[in-house]
Amino acid sequence: MLGLPPLVSKEVKEQVEKLELQFNEQGFDELGLDRQKLIYFFSFLRLFYRRYFRVKSFGIEQVPSHGRVMLVGNHTGGLPVDGGMVLASLLLDHEPPRLGHGMVEKFVANVPFLSYWWDRVGQFTGLPEHALGLLERDRVLVVFPEGVRGVGKLAQDGYELERFGTGFLRLALRTNTPVVPFAFVGGVEAMPTVLHLERVARALRVPYIPVTPYLVPLPLPLRCVIVYGEPMHFPGDGSESDEVIARWVGEVQARIRLLIEDGLRHRRELGP
Amino acid sequence: MKVLITGVSGYLGKILATRLLARGHEVIGMDRRPWPDMPRGIEMHRVDIRKRPAEAVFRERRPEVMIHMATLTHITAPREERYRVNLNGTKALFEHCHRYGVAQAIFIGRHTIYGAAPDAPLFRSEAEPPLAMTTFPALADLVAADLFAGAALWRWPELNTAVLRLVYTLGPSTGGTLASYLGGPRVPTVLGFDPLFQFMHELDAAEAILHALDARLRGVFNVAGPRPVPLSVLVRTTGRKALPLPEPLFDRMSGRFGLPDLPRGSRSHIKHSIVVDDRAFRKATGFDPAYDEQQTMESFRWA
Repeated sequence: MLGLPPLVSKEVKEQVEKLELQFNEQGFDELGLDRQKLIYFFSFLRLFYRRYFRVKSFGIEQVPSHGRVMLVGNHTGGLPVDGGMVLASLLLDHEPPRLGHGMVEKFVANVPFLSYWWDRVGQFTGLPEHALGLLERDRVLVVFPEGVRGVGKLAQDGYELERFGTGFLRLALRTNTPVVPFAFVGGVEAMPTVLHLERVARALRVPYIPVTPYLVPLPLPLRCVIVYGEPMHFPGDGSESDEVIARWVGEVQARIRLLIEDGLRHRRELGP
Repeated sequence: MKVLITGVSGYLGKILATRLLARGHEVIGMDRRPWPDMPRGIEMHRVDIRKRPAEAVFRERRPEVMIHMATLTHITAPREERYRVNLNGTKALFEHCHRYGVAQAIFIGRHTIYGAAPDAPLFRSEAEPPLAMTTFPALADLVAADLFAGAALWRWPELNTAVLRLVYTLGPSTGGTLASYLGGPRVPTVLGFDPLFQFMHELDAAEAILHALDARLRGVFNVAGPRPVPLSVLVRTTGRKALPLPEPLFDRMSGRFGLPDLPRGSRSHIKHSIVVDDRAFRKATGFDPAYDEQQTMESFRWA
């Protein structure tokens, strides 16, 4: 049958019902997450996850089923589709499903409609207080330590990693949170950014406006792969010297590089 | 116990005084405003907290506890008056407490002092600095009063001081800041923004203050009731209709066409959430609100 895909997916609805969140009568959880909006949001993401990018997740069982965890991965240039696809994999391919919380760029909080939609689906402004609060509440935090630098990558950079921030690791140590590294592969091919409109971006107060060889700043329907690695634990409490922290961040970065290699191999085997 | 309540003729003061009386406390009320059908047994002093007669009440009556809720907002008073009452009044009262041997002081503050901003965290703990001066200048005097009351903790350590930062209250009395915003049939909101609003039933608010009294609470605490709800849900459940205005129009429409007159800066509180973390208060006092969000909104709706 022809026609638009349904606005609400049955699969997503079932998975959202299974989430370990306490919704009240009106359908809100303690952080103001809205069950109905979660269903719409993930139904939309599912279209991209299952049909458009046909994402394959490897090693999803590395993500613990309960308790706090920090997922740390590489950012893709252009439009950050990686975050959304990781969220989709956690909800659709993990049993029991888990809700990932990403950290949103600050400018979004002042954009009409986007501001509260992101909040209601658990994607809060990127503030240390938010990251801490989410981990204290035993949630799943999705972190891209490259930050905006990672979004600014161009296609020619391939899967090279930008400098990692170190705040995430101190936070993980302080809150005794395991770090699960992951790699997102396929984003570079799907969104071959050749340049950024820096002036326009500044005028519009957004970090980047990507330009693709085919001009439209939208990703191509190419296969993407997510590879999760084993949880990493570090023996510390976050009060270590910068040197020690930098060494451990280096270890996380190295693991992500290996996972990217795995992802590229999987992607070749699966075909485009 | 002998309890002095300043601002007793306010909607929350009345509830609190009545409850204290029912529990067998001796209640002394202080307010400039009358309390027409005041229950028997409450000793009322129609005085201004900044003036000599207020000091006389401390000197002659020697209360053991002061609950200070005589603060004004931009809704009821102009700026000069607010500064006089909120700052000079609070200062005078705390000095009287110190001079006349009051054992316990409870300052009733507001959660709005944290201020709303796009880059403010969702849950504010007591350690968070108040931002309201920058985002909502009309609240600056309340911020200062709150911080001044908190300073009593080190200035007069023998005076057991608690600063309670209460969220908005709602209830059958239809009193309070939030109730006045929701007063009309149409509530102006900012198009494309739907912040979380945190409120508690007014009876729960009184109960929380009693808990602070019983626990001889000391320190600065956020006090909240049920979970916050989005403004759109609040407006709908209280039987109102939202009137979403594009942001540039918002200030111009304020006070016209039957819409409430909102001061500059209040817009930030309608765009962004102020939600406080009240875990410390619950842990210290065992307080548990009796009314959930639905019951609280309904109690206001059908008042």
